[in-house]
Amino acid sequence: MLNRIMSVLVKEIRQLRRDTKLLIVIFTFPAFLLVMFGYAVNFDVQNIRIGISDGAKNEMSRQIIEYFSSSDYFLLVSMPDSPDDIIHLLDEKKVQAVIVIPSDISIITYGKGKNPQLQFLIDGVDGNTATIIKNYFNLVVTKLNSQINSEILAKYGRKFSAPIEPEIVLWFNPELKSTRFLLPGLIAMILVVTAVVTVSLSLVREKERGTIEQINVSSINNTELLIGKSTPYVAIAFINAALVLLAGYLFFDVSVKGNYFLLMLTTLIFLFASTSIGVFISVISDSQQVAFTAATLVSMLPSLLLSGFIFPIESMPFIIQLITNLSPAKFYLVTLRAIILKGSGLGTFYMQLFYLIIFGLIFLGLSIVIRKKESVSV
Amino acid sequence: MNSIEISHLTKKFGNFVSVDNISFNVKKGEIFGFLGANGAGKSTTIRMLCGILAPTSGDATVNGFSITKETEKVKKSIGYMSQKFSLYDDLTVGENIDFFGGVYGLYGAQLKARKEWTLEISDLKGKENLLTGSLPGGIKQRLALGTAVIHKPAILFLDEPTSGVDPISRRNFWDLINTLSSDGTTLLVTTHYLEEAEFCHNIMLINAGKIIAGGTSKELKSKFIKGKILEIESNNPVTLMEDFTALPFINDISIFGKKLHLFVNELYPGDEQLRKIAYTKYESEIISVNQITPTLEDVFIHLLEGSHVK
Repeated sequence: MLNRIMSVLVKEIRQLRRDTKLLIVIFTFPAFLLVMFGYAVNFDVQNIRIGISDGAKNEMSRQIIEYFSSSDYFLLVSMPDSPDDIIHLLDEKKVQAVIVIPSDISIITYGKGKNPQLQFLIDGVDGNTATIIKNYFNLVVTKLNSQINSEILAKYGRKFSAPIEPEIVLWFNPELKSTRFLLPGLIAMILVVTAVVTVSLSLVREKERGTIEQINVSSINNTELLIGKSTPYVAIAFINAALVLLAGYLFFDVSVKGNYFLLMLTTLIFLFASTSIGVFISVISDSQQVAFTAATLVSMLPSLLLSGFIFPIESMPFIIQLITNLSPAKFYLVTLRAIILKGSGLGTFYMQLFYLIIFGLIFLGLSIVIRKKESVSV
Repeated sequence: MNSIEISHLTKKFGNFVSVDNISFNVKKGEIFGFLGANGAGKSTTIRMLCGILAPTSGDATVNGFSITKETEKVKKSIGYMSQKFSLYDDLTVGENIDFFGGVYGLYGAQLKARKEWTLEISDLKGKENLLTGSLPGGIKQRLALGTAVIHKPAILFLDEPTSGVDPISRRNFWDLINTLSSDGTTLLVTTHYLEEAEFCHNIMLINAGKIIAGGTSKELKSKFIKGKILEIESNNPVTLMEDFTALPFINDISIFGKKLHLFVNELYPGDEQLRKIAYTKYESEIISVNQITPTLEDVFIHLLEGSHVK
């Protein structure tokens, strides 16, 4: 048995060694994703371009302007005068928000009359960013208010004090860096795409060239064939995962908090589930083109959209939440984040691993049933 | 002793009956020719006999093992080579042999010895490091045969092994097949080169999934070709072929390029009379008339046209 597996494995490696194109794709794909998600995709909102229309031009308004222009979050790019200018700025997307300071900004009514209103006009097209800007603005106004309050109280010889002070401690990702959060997802996605695409292509290629017939009449069985054929690709996926982890440590300062052995074990289980999808695709497709399209769609989209990689699953509608269970990356991601960011042990994610094993067995089983039904070989 | 015994084997794909209730035996050590047009059901039969396609009904034994119940044992007894000569073009000659030897369960000294043998019969000694994709068709085909018998199977299935190969390579290939046969290997060969069928000890003709004739080449010729066959050359073969069907002394006509083969009976009046009839009645000139010995092609066409009429 071992001899037969070895001959398939050696043959597969020899073929792979000559397939320079595929090798280049396999190893540049993770690098591409890493650069894209590490540098280009950044969910931290900074340098928000704002305009300030100063209708007061007094001490208070200068203080407000100073407040925004000295912050890292905002970039004061324009000082419009007329309402028309404001509309133009927003229309042409020169700014993401405009702050309108009214002429009566410095009149303090002590709660007796109508308070002056500081207006914020935010471009709401990008809802995500708009929400973040809104929260920043609220924060700024709160600070301004407490500053004004303490100044007023100081005039009467009293000290301003806030009765409750929040003490927020951020665990696992103290700097709230999105790369820390994205890196595990990236590993999951690279693994699933490499495993599903390469395994399905390598099996369908045998079908397309007719070499599978020759293998079918030989004494090798399906299990031996599948182990021999998928092992090299699982190894490649492993190497890729290690490289991404290393890059994460070197460039993004993300280090593994937990146990490396656990990390390898869960990765192996996840690769088993991914490989089973690859085998399933190879059973239902007859050409490499079909297999490639199916494999990229089935592996890439769910792990990008449904795994919790970028979009939190808790905020999805119930039906979609159910569908997310079809993405093995969802379960792997939970274990990865737990191991890499939190350093948790097996106790917190054994259910996820169990699910991944069941998932893999279901797809392998389906593949065998379909194969038998069609009486055609893998 | 029979190497292969087939009884009432049937394979349906949906409503399409690919192999329709066929039964025959193949004796040990013989070269058995399995002939038929494309889509006649030859490959389907072979794939069932190899244990990679389950029959709809019926059964067969290969080397004494049932193809429905003992597929694993069947697989250990057979070698198979298809029309595509399934080798890996992106592996070298040596790597291909290693791989196929490996999946057939060979290793170590045994594999090494059989590798030498395979290289020898495919004329590739010292060329193990050449990429298989760069080899000419004939050599590739011999290598494919070598890898198919690397585990010394008792029975070898060859599914159109010579399609797309030049005539000289084909000749060499048949020498190799004869050697294997005299060493005791049973061979079941499909082909549509009818001159190759002459090399077979026994022939089975299949059409639309049914067996329509069987026997040795000699038997087939004497059984199905009654009377004489005349080969005539004419300036007008196509119209003459239609005209001649009306004549009572002609049983059958087939066309081979510019020539016609006439299957004549005892009423045949002689060559001179034939020329006269052609000239006066049909305004066609007969350039030459020769009596020929029937080929399998004649038998084949005669049988196939007969089955169409039915």
